[in-house]
Amino acid sequence: MIKLDSKIPKGPLADKWNNYKSSLRLVNPANKKKLDVIVVGTGLSGASSASALGELGYNVKVFCFQDSPRRAHSVAAQGGINAAKNYKNDGDSVYRLFFDMIKGGDFRAREANVYRAAEVSNYVIDHFAALGVPFARDYGGMLDTRSFGGVQVSRTFYAKGQTGQQCLLGTYSSLSRQIAKGTVTMYERRDMLDLVIVDDKARGIITRNLLTGEIERHSAHAVVLATGGYGTVFYLSTLALGSNASAAWAAHKKGALFANPSFIQIHPTSIPVLNDYQSKLTLMSESLRNDGRVWVPKEKDEKRHPNQIPEAERDYYLERRYPAFGNLVPRDVASRAAKERCDAGYGVGDTGLSVYLDFKDAIEKQGKKAIEDKYGNLFEMYLKITGINPYEEPMRIYPAGHYTMGGLWVDYNLMTTIPGLFSVGESNFSDHGANRLGASSLMQCSGDGYFILPYTIGDYLADEIKTPRIKTDIPEFEKAEKEAKERIEKLMSVNGKQTVTSFHKRLGKILWDHCGMVRSAGGLKKGIQMIDDLEDEFWKEVKVSGMANDYNQELEKAFRVADFFEVGRLMCQDALDRNESCGAHFREEYQTEQGEAKRNDKEFAHVSAYEYNGNRKEEILHKEPLVFENVELKERSYK
Amino acid sequence: MEFKLKIWRQKNASVKGKFETYTLKDVSPEMSFLQMLDYLNQQIIESGGDPVHFEHDCREGICGSCGIYINGRPHGPLRNTTTCELHMREFKDNTTIVIEPWRSKAFPVIKDLVVDRSAFEKVIHAGGFINANTGSTQEANNIPINKKISDRAFDAAVCIGCGACVAACKNSSAMLFVSAKVSQYALLPQGKVEAKERVENMVKKMDEVGFGFCSNTYACEFDCPKGISVEFIAQMNREFFSAKVCKQKS
Amino acid sequence: MSKKGFSLTSISHKYIMAAAGAFLMLFLVSHLSTNLLLLAGDGGETFDKAVEFLLTNPFIKIMEYVLFAGFIIHILIGVILELHNRRSRPVGYNVPLRSETSAFSRFMIHSGIIIFIFLLIHLYQFFFVKLGFVPKYGGAESTVDFYPMVVHTFQNPVYSIIYIVSFVFLGFHLKHAFQSAFQSFGLNHNKYMPAIKIVGTIYAIVIAVGFSIIPLYFMFLYK
Repeated sequence: MIKLDSKIPKGPLADKWNNYKSSLRLVNPANKKKLDVIVVGTGLSGASSASALGELGYNVKVFCFQDSPRRAHSVAAQGGINAAKNYKNDGDSVYRLFFDMIKGGDFRAREANVYRAAEVSNYVIDHFAALGVPFARDYGGMLDTRSFGGVQVSRTFYAKGQTGQQCLLGTYSSLSRQIAKGTVTMYERRDMLDLVIVDDKARGIITRNLLTGEIERHSAHAVVLATGGYGTVFYLSTLALGSNASAAWAAHKKGALFANPSFIQIHPTSIPVLNDYQSKLTLMSESLRNDGRVWVPKEKDEKRHPNQIPEAERDYYLERRYPAFGNLVPRDVASRAAKERCDAGYGVGDTGLSVYLDFKDAIEKQGKKAIEDKYGNLFEMYLKITGINPYEEPMRIYPAGHYTMGGLWVDYNLMTTIPGLFSVGESNFSDHGANRLGASSLMQCSGDGYFILPYTIGDYLADEIKTPRIKTDIPEFEKAEKEAKERIEKLMSVNGKQTVTSFHKRLGKILWDHCGMVRSAGGLKKGIQMIDDLEDEFWKEVKVSGMANDYNQELEKAFRVADFFEVGRLMCQDALDRNESCGAHFREEYQTEQGEAKRNDKEFAHVSAYEYNGNRKEEILHKEPLVFENVELKERSYK
Repeated sequence: MEFKLKIWRQKNASVKGKFETYTLKDVSPEMSFLQMLDYLNQQIIESGGDPVHFEHDCREGICGSCGIYINGRPHGPLRNTTTCELHMREFKDNTTIVIEPWRSKAFPVIKDLVVDRSAFEKVIHAGGFINANTGSTQEANNIPINKKISDRAFDAAVCIGCGACVAACKNSSAMLFVSAKVSQYALLPQGKVEAKERVENMVKKMDEVGFGFCSNTYACEFDCPKGISVEFIAQMNREFFSAKVCKQKS
Repeated sequence: MSKKGFSLTSISHKYIMAAAGAFLMLFLVSHLSTNLLLLAGDGGETFDKAVEFLLTNPFIKIMEYVLFAGFIIHILIGVILELHNRRSRPVGYNVPLRSETSAFSRFMIHSGIIIFIFLLIHLYQFFFVKLGFVPKYGGAESTVDFYPMVVHTFQNPVYSIIYIVSFVFLGFHLKHAFQSAFQSFGLNHNKYMPAIKIVGTIYAIVIAVGFSIIPLYFMFLYK
């Protein structure tokens, strides 16, 4: 029986991390060289973990499925990165950042973790500046900030609409430095197929070399998963097409608990679906809501061109419903509000599934140049994709699957329920509760990797200094390799008629309809049934072309989609179990009269962590109660 | 829309490739170029063939994975646009589209349209970083940086590492890629400290991994999806000169 | 990057290429100014004086070697660059590159080869005469009595046409070369580059037209 111990240190909130840090055990430099650490994933959290651990002197092996760490999807984060620097003198502080995150997450995150994330945010900015990340600056040469959804201060550092790219490239540069030094060995074009556990500890991974199809064994004293979120489960999402859940899912099947799987953020401002062949939805940064105003026509079935609709006939519904935060309400609120308007028949565009995001007023007030400086690349991107010039007419936007707050359950040390298996960044569940605020994912990922994991992993590894290098010719590795090969063989041998992508599309549609922005018990039950049926069909009908021992993109996809069925089912199970609405999780049955989310703190102020229980079986739920000692649980109001 | 697609097919690095021609019907002008290839692949798979391999990931023009040589231009006919952002409405109906991989000794073909761009990574590993340890740094605002300089460093830093500059260059030179990194750091005070060693090491590695020499034709700038200017190449030349001339003997 | 242990980086190649080229560009100016004296209409009197000065001045003597070195380096590096660059793309494209670049820049090796061939003819006709490898002609009194040789040569229309065509190609070569040298030296600044490009174009035209006037003069105006 698994007992969840969050290992939150005692003491006042503000001192917890500092005191705890000092109490963590250390590994001496001579021993660090003898300790191997595997890091899977090279996005912001993986690359920062690997480089920080490399700097410390551990022998690090880092894996990514792309051809280079620089491609990881952190690269696509647009708007910015939060830090409690209070450079604007607007009353910001670590506490306020903490509070905004806790409230933004609808009180479903751990106080201690969130406070720590806020605390290290300032170091992250310092470190990025030192790494040569060209953040936006004002004329005095100081760093500039802007505001973001869900907060009333300006604490978001940015580099035009490419902040993620700049942070990732900065982190990749620090990783490159370690690769050059030889402390980090880079393994690119590898998919992690399985986790290897020896004597109850994570000791290695099985990978597939994507170019040769070769199945490889890699061992280490500890394994860090930095494998991102599972938002591509919806098929259409703002994520990269390669983003997947398979590594985290393999760990889950081996015993790591999976927390809050139903907490998936639907981002309010994405370019809407334009055609049936669409393979992804492109995000338009939340920062656009700083200057853009969201509206729909006041009349149903409005056929006029948006520029021809007079001011009086426009419904700025976010400003109307949430006067205090206006267009800057948190993402979940903005998404549902858009859905509500579209469902009520006020949506625009051919499909009626989009709303306007208008910059007319901002351009008039600040001039085109100022808007171009802030959002130039986003406007260009929009123009390229839609053929519409947003300087001249409003953008059309609609919500799309984006970020997963849920993920592998970790304790305060960022360790999962499997000893020696750590999880950082989006792949863990820890800091965002039921809804993530904009610009806090870059913050959390780099905080985890640069400033938290290097300390906490040392405490674990201090016990491992006597463990010799783990051999890979032991039965545990053999068994894991054999299972991975069998799985591939099974996928290849179905030899049906339908493409992997067609299944992924259908699964995505099921989840979007039944476990998307608005959920209901009936819908979720139906969803689970549909997933089961689709999965059966998949294993009878799927066609994986090519060969297993070759570069085979179809096999890569098939492997991932096969896992998505199980992920999707768990999402539905969790959504069904959580009989309340909170953050991104909105159950039709639980709403206020004004249609806002109705939380149930009495019964659901806990983290739901699931234990794998065999294929197709309902997973076993473990609850980690959330204790709030520093904030008062209130209805989250942005009115 | 209907297109004749002439696509380079090559099983792996060690066998010779050749062009195959496919006719693709019912293409929507709203499709992106990669969606069009997805659509083609769906038909190839359904008819029992091996789908065309190409690299792609974010599909929003920022990860730099995609890179296809389309009708004589890296990333196709539009400037400042990656292959994934290119849409079929840019092509004339009922025409032939010739689709080739990047061609360069430093970028050997892996399969079909996929090339090995690890030469870029080797150049970055040779010095594309600032030696700053985690935790050793000072408060970010202690070093003010002139806005224009910082913006300029950003203009260099937007490189997505797709390799279009190499593909477009008649000499297969990687000067634009390398200069973007060198310039970004040379411009910022944080990077100036080791600017001389950096430029020497990166240029040396760039030559080693098999890129061609630059002859200032500026095709790289023309076809760079992020519009990076050849002024950065000039800056790298300058940095290199000053490194060679001014560096103290060790 | 030859195999004899002699190795230069790509950027060093650029610098040397540009330095040699820049030197040759200066030489062209001095050569053109001397040549234009042929048009003085005084039966070559001024021209002869200039030639005499050039033949006797010790500085010019030294510069002659430098000039040769400049030519050899420029040509050698040009050839090395071309060979290296060809090797850098062993498999070419089916559809040739369509990026919009200046044609002048793409065909430097070709215009360079044409200029090189012309240079050989030119050396044969004047420099080798001076050295005594080739007998003097055109009624010249000595191996350095160039004026009559010039008159003789340019009255041959075939040669004059070759001469003019070569200088048109030189003009193309210079059109790219001038601004390219600035770029290679790292002197590309968005404030000044447009001006540099204009000056380069003017320079290329002046050199090409300036030299071409001379055969035209001797073919059509000289009596």
